[in-house]
Amino acid sequence: MEAKPPAENWPLWEVFIRARQGLDHKHAGSLYAADAQMAIENARDVYTRRNEGISIWVVESKNIHASNPAESDTFYDPANDKVYRHPSFYHLPDEVKNI
Amino acid sequence: MSEREQEIFDQKIEQEIRIEPKDWMPDDYRKMLIRQMSQHAHSEIVGMLPEGNWITRAPSLRRKATLIAKVQDEAGHGLYLYSATETLGITRDETIEQLLAGKAKYSSIFNYPTLTWADIGAIGWLVDGAAIMNQVPLCRASYGPYARAMIRICKEESFHQRQGFEILLTLSRGNESQKNMCQDAINRWWWPSLMMFGPNDDASPNSQRSMQWKIKRFSNDELRQKFVDVCVDQVKTLNMQLPDPEIRWNEKTGHFDFGQINWDEFYEVLKGNGPCNHERLEARKKAHAEGAWVRAAAAAHAAKKNYSDNPVLYGSQTTS
Repeated sequence: MEAKPPAENWPLWEVFIRARQGLDHKHAGSLYAADAQMAIENARDVYTRRNEGISIWVVESKNIHASNPAESDTFYDPANDKVYRHPSFYHLPDEVKNI
Repeated sequence: MSEREQEIFDQKIEQEIRIEPKDWMPDDYRKMLIRQMSQHAHSEIVGMLPEGNWITRAPSLRRKATLIAKVQDEAGHGLYLYSATETLGITRDETIEQLLAGKAKYSSIFNYPTLTWADIGAIGWLVDGAAIMNQVPLCRASYGPYARAMIRICKEESFHQRQGFEILLTLSRGNESQKNMCQDAINRWWWPSLMMFGPNDDASPNSQRSMQWKIKRFSNDELRQKFVDVCVDQVKTLNMQLPDPEIRWNEKTGHFDFGQINWDEFYEVLKGNGPCNHERLEARKKAHAEGAWVRAAAAAHAAKKNYSDNPVLYGSQTTS
């Protein structure tokens, strides 16, 4: 047999939908489809039956890399002691307006 | 290590922080979710069958379009739930295989037949009504993917119940035989709908565990009581009767009392001896088998396209 791609199983796709013009694409769910076109059409049928979207992205799940929840504490640690990144850190007199 | 993990898990449950797929969770929590969520997914899929039975015979184009939309929603709900179940580490193929092999359960209600058009109304009003009662609290289930799927499902489900009630309302205002048809459907679906909430609390050991883990928020009996209270009121608009002479208002409890549920029937249907158990499973198996060539053809088409788009990746240097 010559080398051919594995064909038995459909890959899993993650679906992202833009609800309205001006909004971000947001993760809606996932589905199996043979190819990107089928994934987009099925995503339309599954996730936008009531006009929930005007734009769909699909990404094969295997291409998504995620941070490790077991390392969350250390991974996000650098932000913990930097309260000065928030506006409320700075105390100004009440008479200062529009700031 | 595992003790520490257990502690973190318990704290999250306590503080209403959702558990997400890659978080550590006790094996039994995972197992309970896989069982409940896959049963739930199967119920959505098998639930299409009794209603699909009436698509070609719906009495008007409006009713037909509505019923198709509803059945399509159930397919979508099945998909949301299968996807959510997969995040627990069981594959889609495995869950479907369990259903087709008769190893997995689905809601017993779908093992009853839809004999008349009024049954479509009764299913919407009572069966979907009971499902909503069960599902709304699941929107706050402790497992994130399950809760998110349920939020989506509940949003869509309320149209199902309203369209069902409207079907019955129309029949209830029709001629004598239409009224009889309406009452007959309510008579047949009422008790099985009450059974949908599951065994009484003292006969449901899993349910306590599930509440501790905040998967379930209310007990079977609490939800069933809520459902009865709501229906007693709604049936008045239909000018019909609920088939239970023992329903009466109880000052003390502030709820409606109701009669004994026939639990023997419940367990018989659960064991596979309901009127349609065999038929439902056969229909699923047939659909799965007859769809096999479509799945294979789509996969072959995609593979061929990938191959011609990107021959090097697939080793054409050895074959050309």
